[in-house]
Amino acid sequence: MVHDNKRISMATKIKDDIVFAPRGIGDDNDGVVQKGVDLPPATKKKHKALGLSEDDLKAMYEQMYLQRRFEERAMQQYQKGKFGGFLHVYIGQEAISTGTVFAFDDKDDIITGYRDHGWGLCRGITANEGMAELFGKATGCSKGKGGSMHFAKSENHFWGGYGIVGGHIPIGAGLAFGNKYKGTGNISATFFGDGAVDQGSLHETMNMAQLWKLPVIFVVENNGYSMGTAAKRHTVAEIVDRAKGYGMKSAVINGMDTFSVYEKMKEIADDIRENSEPWFVEIRTYRYRGHSMSDPQKYRTKEELELYQNIDPILKMKDYILTNKIADEDYFKEAEDRIDTEVLDSVKFADESPFPEIEELYDDMFAEENPYFHV
Amino acid sequence: MAELQFREAIKHAIDEEMDRDDRVLVMGEEVAEYNGAYKVTEGLLDKYGFKRVIDTPISELGFAGIAVGAAMQGLRPIVEFMTFNFAVLAADQIINHATKVKYMTGGQADCPIVFRGPNASAGQLGATHSVAYDSMYAQFPGLKVIYVSEPDDAKGLMKSAIRDDSPVLFMESEQMYGLKGTVSDEEDYIIPIGKGKIKREGSDVTIVAHGKMYHLAVQAATQLAKDGIECEIIDPRTVKPLDLPLIIESIKKTNRCVVVDEAHPFAGFASEVGFLIQRDAFDYLDAPVQRVTLPDVNAPFSKKLFDAWYPSTKQVIDAVNQVTYRN
Repeated sequence: MVHDNKRISMATKIKDDIVFAPRGIGDDNDGVVQKGVDLPPATKKKHKALGLSEDDLKAMYEQMYLQRRFEERAMQQYQKGKFGGFLHVYIGQEAISTGTVFAFDDKDDIITGYRDHGWGLCRGITANEGMAELFGKATGCSKGKGGSMHFAKSENHFWGGYGIVGGHIPIGAGLAFGNKYKGTGNISATFFGDGAVDQGSLHETMNMAQLWKLPVIFVVENNGYSMGTAAKRHTVAEIVDRAKGYGMKSAVINGMDTFSVYEKMKEIADDIRENSEPWFVEIRTYRYRGHSMSDPQKYRTKEELELYQNIDPILKMKDYILTNKIADEDYFKEAEDRIDTEVLDSVKFADESPFPEIEELYDDMFAEENPYFHV
Repeated sequence: MAELQFREAIKHAIDEEMDRDDRVLVMGEEVAEYNGAYKVTEGLLDKYGFKRVIDTPISELGFAGIAVGAAMQGLRPIVEFMTFNFAVLAADQIINHATKVKYMTGGQADCPIVFRGPNASAGQLGATHSVAYDSMYAQFPGLKVIYVSEPDDAKGLMKSAIRDDSPVLFMESEQMYGLKGTVSDEEDYIIPIGKGKIKREGSDVTIVAHGKMYHLAVQAATQLAKDGIECEIIDPRTVKPLDLPLIIESIKKTNRCVVVDEAHPFAGFASEVGFLIQRDAFDYLDAPVQRVTLPDVNAPFSKKLFDAWYPSTKQVIDAVNQVTYRN
């Protein structure tokens, strides 16, 4: 009876206590580790069935390994005070950039948010150009003007990373508008995190993209957390179901599996090329590190993180290659050493590169050569 | 007097007002369970609960508007923006709604709301995270704009902002949150909106500087004092309403003025103050008013370019030398 009384009083208290945002702290899970995202099953297809060659697999592995090592080294350099500003790393999500870029044509346009290093490297920004950008050097991919959040290589159809959550979503659709207008046959994809799903820009753009039949993919890289807020605490229902309201084709993809990303993104790209109509895709993934370098990550447990690190896409690819005897340990040693050196060299390159000249402060503001500046 | 960090001073003000008035609530990104992106709201969730300390999605336009509606219902929301650079997304609600609803309904709806968060540059954060918005918002009728420089001002003015029955923009800085200063421990410490303060007395030149620029002015004044130049520093604290009489009285004494402003140069705080001085103190001026502002260029990331972009102590000293004809 005492126990019952206690329950009633607590229940009453909860009923009286008005709550707006869903609670996260104090959740009692009876020891069950919470999951940031539920991953859909990975594809069962082997590489040949997906149309991937053995060389493709090695190239994918090397690309993912490069992204991982580059960012690990970048974090180290940041901690050493080699550069300032924000640093948001992509570690854990590399299967998405890699699977997508391999599935796309090189002329398909890609745009993303501020977690952009992996995308840049995947689209041909060299380790040197990337590291130099982080260091704010003239040799960086954006001439040192952008830093971590604004990697870009437009000649390779990578239009950059953007710093305002949701700000680049319509721009991705604008790239698609350009492709449709010019009849290029290229598609575009605009990548953003689960936090950006709550921005009005997404919804306005999805409506117009469907209305105007733009060849664009809206891709949510749902890593479970909008900064420190779990997805269930910041957004309602299933993210992918946003598509229904706009009559848009949609898919959920396992973002911890490179093959799954590759398979589905290729299928979607083909469909868009044929039918010129938008897709909305939720790729579920997990970021291993904090939102930025100053995030104490109190919103999740070490056990939760380990659930995903145990199914790491890079290790999974390595395992696949070894198990299927596509390459041996010697290959991995050579490739990893080569990439480690490439990344280490990029630190030296960035360190030794010159800063931009002061005069360059005024460059790139306007199209004309000698524009007016107010003083 | 208590020694408090800037962030603590703001929190104490919010805490006292929440304690005093249960219509006061806080909403914004990461304000509750994360304890604030910059820890300004640390501990408030524990003390006031989920009803009054509310985490929002990254939906600036949406939550700013919801807060406007809540204010029209008689609540007193404090809306935190992670930075005023993100408040650009909410500008429709701030500019078109919060400032206009009372007027266009002929006084039928009040909007007692505080929009607060860090303003302007915070180091190498690039072009989209570095804009000073105080001048821009001061352009619009119906808004009070506060951009403080020290913990004591933060405490007293935040309390005034929360008690104000009209929309108030309260601006802070990521780079000042850790700054310590003595804060009055007077019970219910209030600084009225619209009152500036002479923070350093001097007879040779008046420097008007607010927000982070105040600290630049202090550095310049300290160096200039070694050369025998005594600067009077006025921190207006409130951009709008502006404490013009305080500035004019100082000009009458020093006959020279430099305005230091973190906005870009066109039609900013510095240009407004310059205009007002020539209008109201023309006969007292011994030199044209000079200003130090950001250049008419976006914020670069690169350290070297950033340092060239950001206003420097040297620029302030040069401007003082110019108005005192010491060049």
